Amino acid sequence: MASQTDFRDRQFLAVIGDEDSVTGLLLAGIGHVTPPPDNQKNFLVVDNKTDTAAIEAAFERYTTERKDIGIVLINQHIADKIRHRVDTYTQAFPTVLEIPSKDHPYDPEKDSVLRRVRRLFGE
Amino acid sequence: MSGAADREAVFPTRQSLGIMKAKLKGAETGHSLLKRKSEALTKRFREITRRIDEAKRKMGRVMQIASLSLAEVTYAVGGNIGYQIQESAKSARFRIRAKQENVSGVLLPAFESYLTEGNNDFAMTGLGKGGQQVQRCRETYARAVEALVELASLQTAFVILDEVIKVVNRRVNAIEHVIIPRTENTIKYINSELDEIDREEFYRLKKVANKKKLDNAAAEADRQHRSEELAAMEEENGAPERASGPTDLLAAEEDEDVIF
Repeated sequence: MASQTDFRDRQFLAVIGDEDSVTGLLLAGIGHVTPPPDNQKNFLVVDNKTDTAAIEAAFERYTTERKDIGIVLINQHIADKIRHRVDTYTQAFPTVLEIPSKDHPYDPEKDSVLRRVRRLFGE
Repeated sequence: MSGAADREAVFPTRQSLGIMKAKLKGAETGHSLLKRKSEALTKRFREITRRIDEAKRKMGRVMQIASLSLAEVTYAVGGNIGYQIQESAKSARFRIRAKQENVSGVLLPAFESYLTEGNNDFAMTGLGKGGQQVQRCRETYARAVEALVELASLQTAFVILDEVIKVVNRRVNAIEHVIIPRTENTIKYINSELDEIDREEFYRLKKVANKKKLDNAAAEADRQHRSEELAAMEEENGAPERASGPTDLLAAEEDEDVIF
């Protein structure tokens, strides 16, 4: 269970996505880079050359290590690459949200939360 | 009732019977309360799942529109602005804050988005051309992110509620299928033991009464026997005096003095 203080200071969103999604979301103003010593970005651009380990590391960093992120947005086709990680992630904070990307239409069947919804209602 | 039935280890006394009865009552009250809580939460849960379903579909549409506007920007600016934007992102303008909502004792967090004033990382973006498109794109994406934030809070509520409902249902089932039967068994056991003790006590009393009766009868018979013997003896010894004497007690002049 999330404790009281746990989500008080979670005020950022994080993005793992392809270039277009990240660009768009950054334009909306969610981009944040922590002050100089560590210079951590809260977004990761994934293209064909990014390997799965890097995506997993970023996912791990945004969900577990950083305590200031409330929502992690991840493109669905990227979530598919680390599907086992996304499916086994059950914490309430931060929330992991699968979003559609430009080239990959949204498929509700793959969404980890929607699948849980379906399972709960016995479909 | 079999002795192997699941029950609590108590001595079958009236006091523990009282305790067990109070416990059963408490368990029943708790059961009905928890059941109601679970129902309230499930109602809420269903509502949330329905809204998630809707919001996910809405998100698909909103993101589509947003990508379209980004494509417009790319076209207007005449090149990919992704790199430039990634480099110029410094501080988040769009932030979220969590507030809580209380549903039957469960604190559900809800995200709320807000814009911080005064910092604009992309003041220079689209300065040359396509500034208007960039502006529109930013607005579209801001709306998209708002929808996403709403969806995220629904999803968080979903995850937390899911967990809480599981816990509550587990408790309801534990009370219904373990605690209540066990307490009932204990009460039955104590009652049967008490009855047994009562029967034993009754039997014992009966036995004692019987024995007393027999003893009394024997003592009576003995006394009778002895008095008869005495009478017989007296008859042998002093029948002549006795025959006339004791007919009138008042007439007997000479009694011996009674000395204690």
